[in-house]
Amino acid sequence: MSDEEVSTGPLLAVEDLHVEFRSRGRSVQAVNGLSYTLEEGETLAILGESGSGKSVGAQAVMGILDSPPAHVTKGSVRFRGTELLGLPEKKRRDYRGAKISMIFQDALSALNPVHRVGDQIAEMLIVHRKTSRGEARKRAVELMDHVRIPSAASRVNDFPHQFSGGMRQRVMIAMALALEPDVLIADEPTTALDVTVQAQIMKLLAELQKEMRMGLILITHDLGVVADVADRIALMYAGRVVEEADVEDLYARPAHPYAEGLLASVPRIDVRDRALTPIKGAPPNLAAIPSGCPFHPRCPRARDRCSTEIPELRLFEGPSQAGEGAPGRSGARSGTPSPHRSACHYAEEVSGGR
Amino acid sequence: MADEILSVRDVTKHFPLTRGVLFQHEVGQVKAVDGVSFELRKGETLGLVGESGCGKSTLAKLLMGAERPTSGSVYFEDRDVFSLSKAELRRLRRRMQLVMQDPYTSLNPRMTVGDIVGEPFAVHGDPEGGRGRRVRELLEIVGLDPDHVNRYPHQFSGGQRQRIGIARALALRPDVIICDEPVSALDVSVQAQVMNLLADLQREFGLSYVFIAHDLAVVRHISDRVAVMYLGKIVEIGDEEQIYDHPTHPYTQALLSAVPVPDPTKRTGEIVLEGDVPSPTDPPSGCRFRTRCWKAEEICASEEPALEVRAGRSDHPTACHFAAESARA
Repeated sequence: MSDEEVSTGPLLAVEDLHVEFRSRGRSVQAVNGLSYTLEEGETLAILGESGSGKSVGAQAVMGILDSPPAHVTKGSVRFRGTELLGLPEKKRRDYRGAKISMIFQDALSALNPVHRVGDQIAEMLIVHRKTSRGEARKRAVELMDHVRIPSAASRVNDFPHQFSGGMRQRVMIAMALALEPDVLIADEPTTALDVTVQAQIMKLLAELQKEMRMGLILITHDLGVVADVADRIALMYAGRVVEEADVEDLYARPAHPYAEGLLASVPRIDVRDRALTPIKGAPPNLAAIPSGCPFHPRCPRARDRCSTEIPELRLFEGPSQAGEGAPGRSGARSGTPSPHRSACHYAEEVSGGR
Repeated sequence: MADEILSVRDVTKHFPLTRGVLFQHEVGQVKAVDGVSFELRKGETLGLVGESGCGKSTLAKLLMGAERPTSGSVYFEDRDVFSLSKAELRRLRRRMQLVMQDPYTSLNPRMTVGDIVGEPFAVHGDPEGGRGRRVRELLEIVGLDPDHVNRYPHQFSGGQRQRIGIARALALRPDVIICDEPVSALDVSVQAQVMNLLADLQREFGLSYVFIAHDLAVVRHISDRVAVMYLGKIVEIGDEEQIYDHPTHPYTQALLSAVPVPDPTKRTGEIVLEGDVPSPTDPPSGCRFRTRCWKAEEICASEEPALEVRAGRSDHPTACHFAAESARA
């Protein structure tokens, strides 16, 4: 947030990111050309099933992948125009936590069990901001208050196991927000929680985001959560984005057979007797990704070309995307609909054929 | 009464909490299941929903006879499961099977698929026509390649493993299958395959399911009737439409309101509950939901609401003093 930064381009821009895991001569391609951009105040959902590369991609952006076995083989991650990949670790640390912060699915293993939660939150400030111990403690209580932990002042000396699942998630959020980051990456933040607690946490995240004008990247497999909170979606399959669009657009006019398949296979609480049409087969093994379009073995629309030619993520000629229809979410892109891209050779047919 | 295959009557299961190593003494009890009654009708699917710690998995174990209840009884047709001799119980177990959540830990990694699916025959005797033939037939029924009988579980994907578990459950031609979170470990695209399979099998073999899950959309999709549990008790029970479209218990209303719908034009409902589920070692007095309920009044703390038909809705009992379709207080 300081003035020295050159403010060029989007808040966060990830381009053609490739991550590979190598061990004992075997390699697994976890991320194969991931690209997206994030604007201030925007919520981007990265949606994908297990093994789609959604978490690994985020960890590469954060710079917290263990290397070896992980190697970022190609690509770029720019924060307000500054390239982060290739920065020396010392420099990188200035961004991690302070500019880009992350919360995880499992708060119990993300928090240190032998330290008091207040100390863990305060540590962020002591290390990064050189805040005095007393000052940092005071700030920790404020932060716990901020994430609506009841009677924060008396719970600051408790250990993580003394909190419930939802409260632990709040502690982790407090830690992630301690340095007032510009980007928050939330990796399945509510997957381990009960649905009533999930609703609390999602509401809290939305409020904090609005208040702090953060860019939020929400990594999830839950089509319901995405529909509820996201402005835009990037749908991942086998380490790539296969479709990218405004949320309303993607749910109303999916332009990739995988998106279409997902929407047809998810049961809905608001509809009676809905027939489910599952996608055949299972997500691919990343050590042996199918040739051509990685989705082709499961795709009902696959033709010869699909098994040989990798489709690019591209704009397509759709039924008039802009213009009429409901105005977009009150996202950062204020009104102007963002482009709808699909990585299918037959995107026109898919989006028009519904 | 003839069409009820399973009947649960006022079942409780309390686990003692002990302190001390040499001189253990009881310091309290976890009331995991606390007075639950319901019937499973022939050929129907009864969904059982609730958040973690509400007692749904303990209930599954009680139904299977794997745990003895602290009090109450479970009737299979007209026989009390817990008064049977060991031999009788074994015979009865042929007719009642379990499908578990985790397809990774519920299959023995050292056994071939053929051995896993055929294992029930080792206990209960070979079927007519031989074990091998029946195993191949079962694999085909659940949509697996019968030629894969000699493969091991790790050679299959999560969805396929769940099919193996289902084939094993079907081996002895049961009447009832208890499904404990059978699809929650699976990816969305695969989950629908398994749900459709369960529905097809039910139609083909006239099975009755108790379907336990925390995912309310999954439960709505597969269930004929639904029971909602909170802290060891059923708070509301009715057919799928009554529960989902006309819920009368505030907890059911809050639960449904919290589920995000995969449709951006519909935002999640307005009821957001405060706090967490209280500990089952020391549940609140009276109505257990009152500590999180926006309708709670004095009577809720002093008097436990019975699960009974209220406001004249037959077949849709609810355990709330202020039961109403409107969520407003």
